[in-house]
Amino acid sequence: MSDPSTEPVLRAVGLCKKYGTGDGLVRAVDGVDLDVATGETVAVMGPSGCGKSTLLHLLGGLDRPSAGEAWLAGRRIDRLGERALARMRRTGVGFVFQAFHLMKELTVVENVELPALLDGRSPRTARTRAAELLDRVGLADRARFLPSALSGGQRQRVAVARALSNEPLVVLADEPTGNLDSAATADVLRLFEDLHESGQTLVIVTHDERIAATADRLISMRDGAFVDETRLTGGTTGNLGALAGLDG
Amino acid sequence: MRWPDWTADLMGRLLFVTRLAARDLRRRPAEAALLLLAIVAATATLTLGLLIHGVASDPYQNTRHATAGPDVVASAAPPSVAGEPFAEPAGRPADRAALEVLAGLPEVAAHSGPFPAAAATLDAGGQRVDVQAIGRDVAVAEVDQPRVTDGTWVADGEVVVEAALADALGVRVGDQVTVNGQAFGIAGIAVTAATPPYPIASACIVPCLFGDPPPGVEPPDGMLRDPGLIWLTTADARGVAESADALSYVTYLKLTNPADAQAFADTHMLDSLGAPLLVPWQQIVDQVTHLERNTERTLITGAWLLAALALASIAVLVGGRMADQIRRVGLLKAVGGTPALVATVLLAEYVGVALIASAAGLTAGWLAAPLLTDPTAGLIGGGVEPAMTVPIVASVTAVALAVAVVATCVPAVRAARMSTVSALADAARLPRRSARLIAVSSRLPASLLVASRIAARRPRRVVLGVVSMTVTASGIVAALAANAQLNAQRGGAAVDLQSDRLGRVLLVLTVMLIILAAVNTIFVTWATVLDVRHTSALLRALGVTPRQVSVGLSAAQVFPAAAGATLGIPGGLALYVAVDPDETLVPPLWQLLAVVPATVLVVAVFTAIPARIGAARPVAPTLRAERA
Ligand SMILES: Nc1ncnc2c1ncn2[C@@H]1O[C@H](COP(=O)(O)OP(=O)(O)OP(=O)(O)O)[C@@H](O)[C@H]1O
Ligand SMILES: [Mg+2]
Repeated sequence: MSDPSTEPVLRAVGLCKKYGTGDGLVRAVDGVDLDVATGETVAVMGPSGCGKSTLLHLLGGLDRPSAGEAWLAGRRIDRLGERALARMRRTGVGFVFQAFHLMKELTVVENVELPALLDGRSPRTARTRAAELLDRVGLADRARFLPSALSGGQRQRVAVARALSNEPLVVLADEPTGNLDSAATADVLRLFEDLHESGQTLVIVTHDERIAATADRLISMRDGAFVDETRLTGGTTGNLGALAGLDG
Repeated sequence: MRWPDWTADLMGRLLFVTRLAARDLRRRPAEAALLLLAIVAATATLTLGLLIHGVASDPYQNTRHATAGPDVVASAAPPSVAGEPFAEPAGRPADRAALEVLAGLPEVAAHSGPFPAAAATLDAGGQRVDVQAIGRDVAVAEVDQPRVTDGTWVADGEVVVEAALADALGVRVGDQVTVNGQAFGIAGIAVTAATPPYPIASACIVPCLFGDPPPGVEPPDGMLRDPGLIWLTTADARGVAESADALSYVTYLKLTNPADAQAFADTHMLDSLGAPLLVPWQQIVDQVTHLERNTERTLITGAWLLAALALASIAVLVGGRMADQIRRVGLLKAVGGTPALVATVLLAEYVGVALIASAAGLTAGWLAAPLLTDPTAGLIGGGVEPAMTVPIVASVTAVALAVAVVATCVPAVRAARMSTVSALADAARLPRRSARLIAVSSRLPASLLVASRIAARRPRRVVLGVVSMTVTASGIVAALAANAQLNAQRGGAAVDLQSDRLGRVLLVLTVMLIILAAVNTIFVTWATVLDVRHTSALLRALGVTPRQVSVGLSAAQVFPAAAGATLGIPGGLALYVAVDPDETLVPPLWQLLAVVPATVLVVAVFTAIPARIGAARPVAPTLRAERA
């Protein structure tokens, strides 16, 4: 287990995202402050519609906040132009989506090598790296399959491998097991534990307590804001009662 | 009273289909408008081409009938040295006896002449033109008696001016003119079927030249250039001639069988020095209708090109729309729609558009037709209104419907056969996968990688893009070739008239082709943008910039367009040769070479806007929506 360094790799200050106006106004994210240290795994839990996905999109530069600041590796990203944001995502962030979002027409290995190719690596380097990653997620023997020939759990492991392609500073996973049964969930869970162990910084939005239990820190969200924070390793802060309340 | 069940059923279904089609059109007015434009352009051009047919030959036939028009015009000029057309006269008189022999042949039913004809210069109201001055009897001739439309027939000291020439000069009965310096009054204005109306080129009775001489050939000083026609008495014709030996002679022949005129001319036209020149009436019709025929051919060819483009437009549109139609198809089927009903719903929309468009195209063509058939003063009933006939309406409508049905039937049938479950799951349009292309494109920079993979997803759309650009470029290259031909022919009033009109037709057709191609490009790009929205959102999540995506989207259109334009160069030349086999002139090389870069530039501009809109879509909502 790695020591969280003092400089946070990911940081949010007063982050807000509003949709609509007047009566239709939705505060999807409402004044979130967050520091994520290098190597730390943070789990975010909360009821449906509380703004978890929106928060993740803001942190990864897929969406822009209405107010507040988002920082990655000491660089403010909420003000970046589209182009700079894209570059930042290419190397700084790896996304894992609940719906996998693999390209249907590309094979497993082609999906995994795509970010490396986009980043201008040579086809050979990209392929080698993709093969390593597939080995790591236990799908080396499925490299030439199309995603449609894989199970849900396997697809999600491919998506994780793709997210790791450019060795991102942080992996952002949005309900990575939301579409999976318990056996497949266990596979993905093991993968995330593995990543955690290797020092990968992770932010995971999840409904699954088993995943949450692997985190260094567990944050609960409600109506766009953090309502509780629990440190699961190296001592606990915050109240456990609220944590228990999440189950209901 | 109750309708029988099957009627109620039919009416219900009809209402249902019409309503769905109308709603869908109203939901996408821009697409419907562009589609309408594409089919109207094609049908209007086709209508024009069909209407022009026969517009000039009918007045000629009227004139021929009213003037006892000859079947063969036989003329003899003073022979020139060595028979060279532009050489000096040999100093011998024209072979009048040969004309008498021709008139006596058994195939000849009647004749008039020989009449003397002099080369002359006509001065009228400050204008000067060359004329062939034909001396005629005061009495009515059995063959070719020009019909006086104003004033009276020839008398000593008075001339009759061919109607189109009078029109061009603006002279009237009673005006004073000089012929080779001698003063005459204008006795009348008349029309004839023995020569085409001024300034159309005709066979020369007196040695003459229409248009510019061939390069390097200098016509002799006295040779008539683009002459008109006047009649005077035989005595006056002799009087204005330079000398009796300089006179030519003309005989008008009526054959027992007018259809044999060409064969008669072929048989009796001798190759010897000073032998009479025989011109069958069919050749005169050809000259009279040459302009109309060229215009007609150009229009009909243009109409087919435009129809092909309209077909590509609809195919792209329908194909692109399938993406969001598929769920609709699934729902229709889930609630009990039969495959036939599904296909009908898809067809109805485009058939409706085609019907409206063909009505608009017929009207537009009919209104535009008079612009291309301005009255020819030299013929009786010239400039008649082109007549809209049932066959024209039927064929134009049929073409429009065929375009709509051909372009729609493949997707409609495919949708009708699609399994309901896969339609609902939207799994029916799995993109193509090309392993080789994916491997090759790995070496490309990000935007080209995006471009090649976008293109590889929908190969048929790429083919449509290439085809549509090949058609356009072919049309443009053919127009350039025709234009080069027109420029080469410049000189001479008749040619200028033809060049101006044909030039205008070519310009309008070219502009329409370009507009339709632009419409197609926008359609293709937009369909692609919609089709790849998930892919591009995903690519952007993986760190591709919006610029790279939009460059990729543009490049995915530009490369097929460049290929199409390149194919269009030989295609256009082949088209030109096919349409007009006797006139082959290659346009200047720089124009041909410019076609490809110009196409690339134009396509890049037209794809830029939809591509940018597509690339700038926010990522998160798109990925979110994909799950819904
Ligand atoms: N484009 C949008 N326009 C308006 N409201 C939106 C939009 N996107 C999200 N919202 C709203 O923002 C709130 C937060 O949405 P978000 O998807 O972040 O929730 P979530 O916590 O991820 O929920 P779940 O657990 O169901 O995935 C919701 O109330 C949602 O309705
Ligand atoms: Mg969510």
